[in-house]
Amino acid sequence: MTASHETLTDKMTEAAVRATPQAVARRVRGLSDRAIAWLFIAPTIVLLLAINIFPLFWAIYLSFTNYRANRPNAVVQNVGLGNYERVLNDPDIWASMQTTAHFVFWTIVLQTVIGFGLAFLLDRKFRGHAFWTTLILIPMMLSPAVVGNFWRFLYEPQIGLFAYAVSFLTGIPTSEIQMLGSVNLAPWAIIIVDTWMWTPYVMLICLAGLRSIPDYIYEAAEVDRASNWRQFWSITVPMALPFIMLAVLFRGIENFKMFDMVNLLTGGGPGSTTEVASIALKRAAFEAWATGRSSAFAIILFVAVFGLANIYVKALNKVKQR
Amino acid sequence: MLKKWIPLLGVAALCGSLSVPQAAKAEQLTLCWAAWDPANALVELSKDFTAKTGIDMKFEFVPWTSYADRFLNELNSKGKLCDLIIGDSQWIGGAAESGHYVKLNDFFAKEGIKMDDFVPATVVGYSEWPKNTPNYWALPAMGDVVGWTYRKDWFERPELQKEFKAKYGWDLAAPKTYTQLKQIAEFFQKRQIDGKTVYGASIYTERGSEGITMGVTNVLYDWGFMYDNPKKPYDMQGYVNSPEAVKGLEFYKALYDCCTPPGSSNVYMVESADAFKSGQVAMQMNFAFTWPGLYKDEKVGGNRIGFFPNPAEKYHFAQLGGQGISVVSYSSKRDAALQYIKWFAQPDVQAKWWQLGGYSCLKAVVDAPGFKSSQPYATAFLESMAIVKDFWAEPSYAELLQAMQKRVHDYVIAGKGTAKEALDGLEKDWTKIFKDDGKI
Repeated sequence: MTASHETLTDKMTEAAVRATPQAVARRVRGLSDRAIAWLFIAPTIVLLLAINIFPLFWAIYLSFTNYRANRPNAVVQNVGLGNYERVLNDPDIWASMQTTAHFVFWTIVLQTVIGFGLAFLLDRKFRGHAFWTTLILIPMMLSPAVVGNFWRFLYEPQIGLFAYAVSFLTGIPTSEIQMLGSVNLAPWAIIIVDTWMWTPYVMLICLAGLRSIPDYIYEAAEVDRASNWRQFWSITVPMALPFIMLAVLFRGIENFKMFDMVNLLTGGGPGSTTEVASIALKRAAFEAWATGRSSAFAIILFVAVFGLANIYVKALNKVKQR
Repeated sequence: MLKKWIPLLGVAALCGSLSVPQAAKAEQLTLCWAAWDPANALVELSKDFTAKTGIDMKFEFVPWTSYADRFLNELNSKGKLCDLIIGDSQWIGGAAESGHYVKLNDFFAKEGIKMDDFVPATVVGYSEWPKNTPNYWALPAMGDVVGWTYRKDWFERPELQKEFKAKYGWDLAAPKTYTQLKQIAEFFQKRQIDGKTVYGASIYTERGSEGITMGVTNVLYDWGFMYDNPKKPYDMQGYVNSPEAVKGLEFYKALYDCCTPPGSSNVYMVESADAFKSGQVAMQMNFAFTWPGLYKDEKVGGNRIGFFPNPAEKYHFAQLGGQGISVVSYSSKRDAALQYIKWFAQPDVQAKWWQLGGYSCLKAVVDAPGFKSSQPYATAFLESMAIVKDFWAEPSYAELLQAMQKRVHDYVIAGKGTAKEALDGLEKDWTKIFKDDGKI
C-alpha cells in the first residue's frame, strides 16, 4: 500500500468514526474483530441452517419412519432400514434410474460435442461473431417452463413445425410423427429440447477455456510446423479439457435432477418411458404421500450424486495439475 | 400539554369513525375450489349470500392441474386459508380420518337438512365416510359424471347416414353400447368432412394426475370390473383382474389405437374439450361440467352438439366426478361457514345454481317436472347420475390412483405387456397398499 493510500484510508476511517453515532460506536468498540465477523456471518449461517442443513437432517430422520404428510394425526413409527430396503428393491425405481442414466449420458455427449464445436468456431474472429454468440445464447436465457410449452407445440403432430419439417424432409405423414406419444421417440424428444436449451451453456464454458490458451503456444507450434490437426489435439483439447470437464460436471448434476422439462413435455409418459428419478420422487413424495419412503429415495439419490461428483472432481483436479 | 394531545385525539377520532362501518360489516369467508366454469357460476350465485347475510365471500380458485397439490398441502399443514372447501370426492376418506373436515351430522340435524333430499349417488360419493354409513362430512355441491358429446350435425348428414347404414346395418345415432361407439369412431376416423380430416373420438389418456384412470374405469365398469369382492372388502383377486375387466381394458386400448386423433397420448378434460371445439373429433369423452360451455360454443355448440350418457356393454355404469362442500376444521370462522352451507342447501338457491351452470344434486331440482327440458344436456346428465360408480375414496386413494395411472398407461398408451398383466400388476399394487395401511 502506498503512503497516499494509507492517508486516504485513515481519512475515510476518521470520517466513518465521526459519522457513527456515539452510542453505536461505543458498543462496536467493545467488540473484537472476530465477534464483528460472526455478527455479519450469523444471518447467513442461520439461513443456511434453516433452509439447507435442517431439512437435510429432517429428511434423514423421516427416511427411517413410516411418516406420511397427508396423515398428520397418524402415529409415526420407526421402520429402521425398511424404507431403504424397499426403495432399493423396487424395480420401478431402478427403471427410473436407468431412464435418468440414459438422459444424462446422451445429453452430455451431445451438448459437449456440439457445445465445444460451436465454441471452436466462435473462437475464430470473424465478422459478426459477437452477434452469432448472442443469438446462440438465447435458448439458455429462456425459462424452462416457456421452453417446455414452446416445444410441446412444435412437436404437435397436426400443427407443429417440427412434425411438418420432418415430414417435408422424409415424406412420412405428419400424423405418424408423434414425438411425445411414441415410446421410442419420447426420450429423444426430451434429449433434443435439453440439448437445444443447454448446449449454449457448454459452449460458453468451452469458449472461456479456448480463450484462456495463450497465443504464444500456437505461435511456437507454428514455428515447429505442427499441422492444424496436431495443434488441435496437442494444444487445444488438452488445455481446454479442464473447462470441458467442468461443463460436463455442471450439466451432469443438472441433468441428473432434470424435472421441469420432462414434466412439461411428457409428464413421465408414455407409460413410464420418460419417468426419470426426479419425476418418480415427486410422485412418491407429493402424489402418493409416501413421505418416509420418498425421503429414503431422496437420500439415496443425494448420496449417489455426491459420490459420483466427488470422484469426478478428483479426476478433474488431476487433469488440471497435469 | 393539551396542545400536544389534540392531534393525537384527532387521529384517534378519525380512526374510530372509520372503524364503525368496519365493525358493523360482518366477516369474510374464503371458499377454495378448482378454477373452472362452475366456479365462476358459484361466484355469481354467492352474491346473493353476501346480500342476505352481509358476509363477504372471497374465492381461492386453483387450476385443476395443481388443485389437489395445492389444497391437500393446505389441509395437511392445517392451514387457515380456506374456511370452506369444495374438495374432490376421493379426498373424503382421508379428510375425514385426518380431521380436516367438520363432521356435519349434528348441524344437518339441527338445521333440518336431510340427505334423503339429495341424489343418493352424490350423497355416497361426496358426503359419506365410511361409505354407505350415515356419517356426513360434506354437502353434495357439484354433481358431475363422465359422459359424451357428439357432432350431431355430422351424424345428421344424409350421405353419411346412408353410408353408415350400408356398412354397419344400423342407423347412425348416439351409441347405446360400446360396440356401437367403436363402430362410429372407426367410421369417422380420418374421414374428410368439409375439406378437413377428422377423427373418431377423444378419450382420456392423461398420465400425470388421474386422467387415464377416469377414462379407463368408465369403460371397465361396463365389462364387469369391480374394486373388490362385495362380500369381503379389499379382496380384489378376480374382481380387479377378472377376465371381463381384461376384455374391457383391451377394448379401451383398441379404441385408443383405432380411433383417436394423432398426438392423443396425454389428453384430459381441457385437451378433450379442445379436440371437440376445434372440430377434430366426432365424439368426445368428458365430464358433464364441460357441457354448458360446449353448448354455448359458436362453432360446435347449439344445434351442432348432442349429449349422451356413457354407453352400456354387459353392465351400465359411468365414472363419478364432482365434489361436496365442506367446512374446514382449522377455520376460525366455522359458524359463518356453516351459515353458507345452510344457505347453499336451500331449494331456491340450488335451482339458481343449476340455471347459472352449476350441477345441483338436490332431488327437488333434478326431479322437477321441467328439469329435463331446462337444458339440452339435462337428460344426459340425469341418466348419467343414475349409473355412477366412484374410484376408491380411501385415505390412501392417491397411492391407489398412481398405481392405476401407471399400470394402465403402460399398457394402453405405451403398449407394454398385456391387459391381463396390467390388471394383475394393479391387483398386486393395491394389495400392497392396503397391507401397508393395515386394512388387510
